[in-house]
Amino acid sequence: MAKKKTIRSIPQARTPMPEQAPEVRVKNFEEVACGYRMEDALVEAERCLDCADEPCVRGCPVGIDIPGFIKKITEKSFHGAYNVITDTNLLPSVCGRVCPQENQCEGVCTVGDTLEPVAIGRLERFIGDMAIDKGWANVPYIQRQPFKVGIVGSGPAGMACAADMAKAGCEVTVYEAFQEPGGVLKYGIPDFRLPNPVVDVEIDKLKKLGIRFECNTLVGRLFTLEQMLTEMGFHAVFVGTGAGYPSFMGIPGESLNGVLSANELLTRCNLMKARDFPNHDTPLQPGKRVTVIGAGNTAMDALRVSLRLGAEKVICVYRRSAKEAPARAEEIHHAQQEGVEFHWLTSPVELLGENNTVRAMRCEQMELGEPDASGRRRPVPVAGSAFEIETDMVVFAIGTNANPILGQTSGLKLDKRGYIATDESLATSIAGVYAGGDIVTGAATVIQAMGAGRRAARAMKAYLGLRDSDSIYAAEGAESAPRLFGIDRRERGHARVHLG
Amino acid sequence: MSDFEIVTRADFSDVTFLLEVRHPLMAKAAKPGQFVIVMEHEAGERIPLTIADFDRDKGTITLVIQAVGKTTKEMQQNCRVGTHLFALVGPMGIPSHIGKAKKVICVGGGLGVAPVYPQARAYKESGAYVIGVLGFRNKELMFWKDKFGAVCDELIICTDDGSEGLKGLVTAGIEQAAARHSDIDEAVAIGPPIMMKGCAETTRKLGIKTMVSLNPVMVDGTGMCGGCRVKVGDRVKFACVDGPDFDGHEVDFDDLMARLARYKPTEKEALEHWQTACRLRSPVNAVPASAEPPKA
Repeated sequence: MAKKKTIRSIPQARTPMPEQAPEVRVKNFEEVACGYRMEDALVEAERCLDCADEPCVRGCPVGIDIPGFIKKITEKSFHGAYNVITDTNLLPSVCGRVCPQENQCEGVCTVGDTLEPVAIGRLERFIGDMAIDKGWANVPYIQRQPFKVGIVGSGPAGMACAADMAKAGCEVTVYEAFQEPGGVLKYGIPDFRLPNPVVDVEIDKLKKLGIRFECNTLVGRLFTLEQMLTEMGFHAVFVGTGAGYPSFMGIPGESLNGVLSANELLTRCNLMKARDFPNHDTPLQPGKRVTVIGAGNTAMDALRVSLRLGAEKVICVYRRSAKEAPARAEEIHHAQQEGVEFHWLTSPVELLGENNTVRAMRCEQMELGEPDASGRRRPVPVAGSAFEIETDMVVFAIGTNANPILGQTSGLKLDKRGYIATDESLATSIAGVYAGGDIVTGAATVIQAMGAGRRAARAMKAYLGLRDSDSIYAAEGAESAPRLFGIDRRERGHARVHLG
Repeated sequence: MSDFEIVTRADFSDVTFLLEVRHPLMAKAAKPGQFVIVMEHEAGERIPLTIADFDRDKGTITLVIQAVGKTTKEMQQNCRVGTHLFALVGPMGIPSHIGKAKKVICVGGGLGVAPVYPQARAYKESGAYVIGVLGFRNKELMFWKDKFGAVCDELIICTDDGSEGLKGLVTAGIEQAAARHSDIDEAVAIGPPIMMKGCAETTRKLGIKTMVSLNPVMVDGTGMCGGCRVKVGDRVKFACVDGPDFDGHEVDFDDLMARLARYKPTEKEALEHWQTACRLRSPVNAVPASAEPPKA
């Protein structure tokens, strides 16, 4: 029995993750953070105190057994670590990269009270990537149930819900309007943060659970939610369509050419591969001096994509100060390293054009006044402070409104802002239809959407009369599991098939 | 689901061609005024095309395409009967409102002739008196005269050179129809933006409510990219989910046309790149480089 670790006995410094140098990475779409090597992971794993309190587990929207998987790493049982993570999270490579861990698991880590918190996200990614590399995929023993479940949207919410419903034995079909599944993981988050091939591997794992993906399917218009429940025979439906409808400010000049939403920029570049134009047909008029309005994660993605597309100058304009910026600190830091210029306390008032094309942005300097309803100090313009920024491309990254399609085509009750209204369990106004993610809450994070997908799955299982458990246990009194293709029943006592 | 097989192809001229694609679910769901987004191949662009017809019994939808840019020229070359589109999604957009109008004019110009057909048919089925006004550059480019003839009570063909019907623009056809009928309730006009603008100006003077169908540049077609935003009255709308039909007297066509031109340089580059590649592959079948007419 190893001696109990203490805050003094563990490695004091958080193990850094190798990164591409800013001047190199700004010229490519390869990942910025290269991931832990095994020696890095082993050192970092030692920093977990395996404390009794486990605040990190409560800090995780999907409740991963974090000390459990880190302990497996210290024992060099990497596959074991993978099994622990995939009990609750099928997408460790994705979440290890894009979760805002500083506000979740790492934000409440006991070690973090004294030292820098354990790098949970980096360890999760290490395990997820190793699983991809080794071809591990955990397919639990699935006991078939006579239920058909439809999932609308193949983004993180839909994927998480689909996985849980498939594990519960349902026949699951996921509908996606784009030509390939993945949602925001594919069209939104750029490859240097989350490579699309990583998403594809994770989707393949879902297919191994028996989940079917039907792309090129616009639910609401090709068939309605109501038709799914009646003619198409679905017993329950989950809606995870994302927020979708990008906001603009309503200032003069927004329809000038060279002005677009971050969604459009990112979709063209990431999903449609405009960065490889003309080998891919989708065009993207590259800006030389790009200005992005907003300071959330999407804004950071738009800024950094613009740099990589060859812009000479990339400027972030935000009406509040750096402290209020909603983006992850790490993203802002990366953007700064790469040469993005930040204009805090700056608000655009007009876009100026020439020949229908934007040439400059007129801005006002702001200062922080009294706190507003959100508790943040409200920015107010400084009189006589107007100035112009020369720019040939303006990107709006100021959030999204609710996508109207399902509201237009079904009897779903919406809230005042047009998002889908749900109760605590994420049930909508139509019996058997559940919803979660950005289409319910407005724009949030990938892991929050996954958490919502899983929460809805719990309610859907209850609705269908299925037992809710994270994994499927062999039926009591059943023959011992090893008959099922080498199931290892010792591990946390549940049946599991090891593939690969 | 469907594998988007092309079951019929017809060429109306050296630029205009028709594809009938098998997609039973879409044929069942489609309504007049809706559109689809097509990708011809995996590295292709997503382009919006208005549904020109649908046949619920055969389980097909029909698209009429004008080969003007890289993607559409490539489709003209590659889309043969028995081949498959890489992606086809829809029907998209809010269906046209076929109201209780007793007498309507359905105006189609050039590429807009095909997509106005489902509306003409729907009006006919709703019991309205339908006047079709179709515009072509010349007689050789004319198509679907009989098809329209079957659903229109009156059909006015306009050609730029007078080789068929009335010599002049579709606006002349509208004026002629209005001169004969003082009780026209509404008009629908589909075609290039400049033509819809002309129609809207003509009907404004005549006091006839006019719906137009807008086809701006878009990526996803589901409300997500905002590329298709258009000015309607004093509001900004997304053509893909708030349209594509809007009140023609409220649409800012100049804004629409300026925005349609925003990928012109890259469209030209894509076309040249592709034509070079075609020439390299097959010198005999080289597609001649030609000035690109505005995208409708």
